[in-house]
Amino acid sequence: MEDDAPVIYGLEFQARALTAQTAETDAIRFLVGTQSLKFDNQIHIIDFDDENNIINKNVLLHHAGEIWHISASPADKGVLTTCYNKTSESRVLTCAAVWRMPLEWESGSHESPDDSSNSPQTLELLCHLDNTAHGNTACVLWEPMGDGKRVISLADSHVVLWDLQESSTKATISSSATLEGKGQLKFTSGKWSPHHNCTQLATANDTAIRGWDLRSMSQIFCIENAHGQLVRDLDFNPNKQYYLASCGDDCKVKFWDVRHINEPVKTLEEHSHWVWSVKYNHSHDQLLLTASSDSRVILSNMVSISSEPFGHLVDDDDLSDNEETHHEEKSKEPLQDSIISTYEEHEDSVYAVEWSSADPWLFASLSYDGRLVINRVPRALKYRILL
Amino acid sequence: GSLSVNCWAVNYPPPNSSPGRKRRLLRLYYSSGPEPPPQQQEPEPCDINGAHFDPEIYLNKLRKECSLAELMDQESCMVKQIRSLDSDMQTLVYENYNKFISATDTIRKMKNDFKKMEDEMDCLSTNMSAITEFSARISGTLQDQHTQITKLSGVHTLLRKLQFLFELPARLNKCLELQAYAQAVSSHRRARCVLQQYSHMPSFRGIQDDCHAIMERLAHQLRQKFRDGGTSAKELSECVELLLQLEEPAEELCDKFLSHAQTRLEEDLRSLEAELKDSTVTNVSGDSARNPSSPSETLMSIHLISPASRADILEFIDRGCNEFVSNLCLVIASYQELFINRPQEGNLAFKNIPQMANSKLHLFVDSLASKYFSLVERRIQEEKGVGDNSLLVRALDRFHRRLQAVSKLLPGSAVPSQGTEIVIQAARERIKQYLSALQSFYLESLTDIRQALAAPRLSVGGTNTAGGGVHTGACTPGKEAPPSLPELLSSLSNSILNQIKSVLASVHLFTTKDITFSNKPYFRGEFCSHGVREGLVVSFIKFICQSSRNFCESAGDRGGSTPPVLLLLLSRLCLDYETSTISYILTLTDEQFLVMHQSPVTAVTALCEEAREAAQKLLNHYVKVQGLIISQMLRKSVETRDWVNTIEPRNVRAVMKRVVEDTTSIDVQVGLLYEEGVRKAHSSDSSKRTFSVYSSSRQQIRYAPSYTPSAPMDTNLLSNIHKLFSERIDIFSPVEFNKVSVLTGIIKISLKTFLECVRLRTFGRYGLQQIQVDCHYLQMYLWRFVSDENLVHFLLDEIVGSAAHRCLDPSPMEQSVIEVICERG
Repeated sequence: MEDDAPVIYGLEFQARALTAQTAETDAIRFLVGTQSLKFDNQIHIIDFDDENNIINKNVLLHHAGEIWHISASPADKGVLTTCYNKTSESRVLTCAAVWRMPLEWESGSHESPDDSSNSPQTLELLCHLDNTAHGNTACVLWEPMGDGKRVISLADSHVVLWDLQESSTKATISSSATLEGKGQLKFTSGKWSPHHNCTQLATANDTAIRGWDLRSMSQIFCIENAHGQLVRDLDFNPNKQYYLASCGDDCKVKFWDVRHINEPVKTLEEHSHWVWSVKYNHSHDQLLLTASSDSRVILSNMVSISSEPFGHLVDDDDLSDNEETHHEEKSKEPLQDSIISTYEEHEDSVYAVEWSSADPWLFASLSYDGRLVINRVPRALKYRILL
Repeated sequence: GSLSVNCWAVNYPPPNSSPGRKRRLLRLYYSSGPEPPPQQQEPEPCDINGAHFDPEIYLNKLRKECSLAELMDQESCMVKQIRSLDSDMQTLVYENYNKFISATDTIRKMKNDFKKMEDEMDCLSTNMSAITEFSARISGTLQDQHTQITKLSGVHTLLRKLQFLFELPARLNKCLELQAYAQAVSSHRRARCVLQQYSHMPSFRGIQDDCHAIMERLAHQLRQKFRDGGTSAKELSECVELLLQLEEPAEELCDKFLSHAQTRLEEDLRSLEAELKDSTVTNVSGDSARNPSSPSETLMSIHLISPASRADILEFIDRGCNEFVSNLCLVIASYQELFINRPQEGNLAFKNIPQMANSKLHLFVDSLASKYFSLVERRIQEEKGVGDNSLLVRALDRFHRRLQAVSKLLPGSAVPSQGTEIVIQAARERIKQYLSALQSFYLESLTDIRQALAAPRLSVGGTNTAGGGVHTGACTPGKEAPPSLPELLSSLSNSILNQIKSVLASVHLFTTKDITFSNKPYFRGEFCSHGVREGLVVSFIKFICQSSRNFCESAGDRGGSTPPVLLLLLSRLCLDYETSTISYILTLTDEQFLVMHQSPVTAVTALCEEAREAAQKLLNHYVKVQGLIISQMLRKSVETRDWVNTIEPRNVRAVMKRVVEDTTSIDVQVGLLYEEGVRKAHSSDSSKRTFSVYSSSRQQIRYAPSYTPSAPMDTNLLSNIHKLFSERIDIFSPVEFNKVSVLTGIIKISLKTFLECVRLRTFGRYGLQQIQVDCHYLQMYLWRFVSDENLVHFLLDEIVGSAAHRCLDPSPMEQSVIEVICERG
């Protein structure tokens, strides 16, 4: 069976920020934020029609500045946060804000897709995550599977936990913590753990990965020198609470068990330049995406350290005896970790990659030159995992 | 009439008495079974000479068959025949008559003679009876005297025997005094039975007791003599023989003999052991004295340090051989003489002595030999210094050779094979020691090289000129002119090779012809192929590759303590190994040891591959480390600056000069060890290439407000990008073994880092201009290092393009101004 060809979409501006619309579980939808210093920045809402292999897009204007990070609310489809550069008086500051998408965008754009003169609609500002006291905001994290009322922003060396009140129009700091240490410490990225009742956070700064307990706002672990150089991104295994993956400028992807932080559980070295993003599949944690400035996206199958090391476990109730024994035999075959596919559709550095929140077999990657590529997990592998 | 018949019969044998017929008749007579009557028994009535002749039939037949004339002839013939027969008969009768007459005369004469003889015979018989009568009378008278004489002679012998018995104690005593033990024993043996038989009589018992006492004393004396052992072998054997005859239990004698020998031999062993203990003590003190000495001491000096007071292994083995082994051989020989090879005497009791004695001897020899072996093994284990192998080999040879004597004396013994086993074990140990010595030598050499590299490095830092010209590299003038990289490499390579050669030469001693154990199958085969080739040479080469690989892994993440130059040097070393050294070493080994590959051995190609892999890995790692060092400088310079509020550029930033300097010095460094490599043809004016901020057309397309919703991508833009990226650039990718490729790798890494860092920043007008100046400067100097200058152009274009793109107020600097600034330095 032929795999579907990748679908490519080009933006007019350079772009780094990409997210799936987390609250949307029916439509395959990604949000892309552009970077332009001269023109009004935009948020592209990319809808992918899986059946017809067609992309539909809508553009919302983001006047505030070029977008460095974008993140969608897990509870409200219309709410998202961005981190953007604000230039004032020859000073560049990265701010964060919560926005609401106008309700009408959907109906309006479909009718006249080619009408470029039609002025795009503008995002509605809900509130600023005012960071003047903390510095440049690297990223904003929503509480995973939460009610869309709690976000964390990482600003320079501060972790700030916000409560959004009054339909997200007001943000108040509920607690914060500061990274102590020599020199100018800056967070590069972070991830809110979906485990432990969402009380944990992992952050990356320089070559270290740190874990935080949000109740006490104190550090719970620290992997020094997790990567030879900068740690660029990290992600929690959605099914195994102590496992996380990280990537960085040493071209490596490392897997950690945070209970044993002295050595990584496993290391991948497949990219030929810095790895900027690492993402676990939300349902099948053996599938892992990495994006790198060698302009490649790699899909790996890390069966051995996944929650299904012996393949998909079928409920016993569903099986007759014969099938059960057959399944046991099959499951005893040790499955090998492998690189499933290397996607080379990009021509420039790929800074972001995201799984769709609606279809677990589909993902999008975004390169700096504004090219968004939508790809699918190869069917053969999909059926092997499912059956 | 009867006589005439007889005569007829003599002269005329019956006409049909043929031999066949006679036999037939005989058979008829003797055989019991009925015999079919012979066919030709048919009476022949017509045969005129036959017995069944019937004249009537004959006549009738003639009459019927013959004509008259024939009948006439027949008749005349027959008449003639009858006539001749008649005359013949007459002659015969006459002759026989004469003979008959003379016979009658003879018979008459015989009759007379017989009568006379009969008379004489009568006379003789009467005489004979008279003689018989006389003889009987004489014997009757002599009977009494004869029986008396017989009795007397019996008494005489008995008396003589008794006398012997009575005299026996005295005689034995005398023998004892004269030490004529043999006579005493034989006398006693003769009397023993009798005494035993008559021991119920008191007198005899007395004698027996006396004799016993004396013999006891004698036996005691003999035992004493036996125990003293100082006596000559012949005496000793005599002694043993006598004791055996005295029915002293042979087993006990064997035991005594052996235990006596054992005490002496164990004394030998103790003295050996004492030496061993001494040596360990001195050795320990030697160790403690050695420790503070410098770590750079060579293998040779380790051996030299071994204390002079302590006997070396050859002396030790010599002593063992001369004292213990030769004594053991003596004991074995005399024991065999005494107990095993003695001429067997008829005594049944001795029958199983040889077997018993032999088994005892084996036990004895085995137990002592095992003690001896354990001492020797301990001593061999102490032999840790790997300097001079000949001493050990000679010692082992002597050890082995002397054990052959034991095997000759004691054919079934396991001792020589155990000895061989020890030799083999020692050889194995030796190989291991040599391997670890080689390994530590290699590591020490690396440490030395590290130090040598560290020293000029410091001075290089000071002599760097800002001009970024040709870097002086490792050949810093002045001071003591530390060795350059090629010199270091060749000295390392040579010293390793020499070390291998000397080790091979040392190990080779094990297989020289005049060494007795060298023709053992182990030393012919396994020692050469498994021990030397695989265990020593191949293992060492593998160790080099492995330790090289370790440099890449351990130093990878955590900053890395390995100086990059060392990586470069080792990479070249491994590459040299791949191209020539490995095959040279292995050929050398195979030739020296005539390795016969019975079992599969590591192939040269496999080793070469491993070496090449190591070389590749080291070089890749070198590129990575050097690239990261430069990257780090560039990254810091971009990240720490406020590019929005910077002033108008007047100079190239110092960090760029530093980058060029470092690249130049790396170029020199690599050039010392690796060939130039190929590069694409330069354009005529590479350094003067101009940058235009918006040179590439795709930027213009981008900035044009060609807003095309849902269109996948502008085709014009796509083709443009394809043109630009005709070949994808892999940043951290394997490099080739040449200078250009290495430098290309390093520059690629550095510039890509620069690019990514620029993209994360926002620039003001002057920030962009500074980047322009910096990139132009890099362009001026870096193009010459890489294989394809377009690569540098492309990456620098990208950097300037990205900076322009990230610029709030993109107004680029005039190209001429940039050139002026850059040329000003």
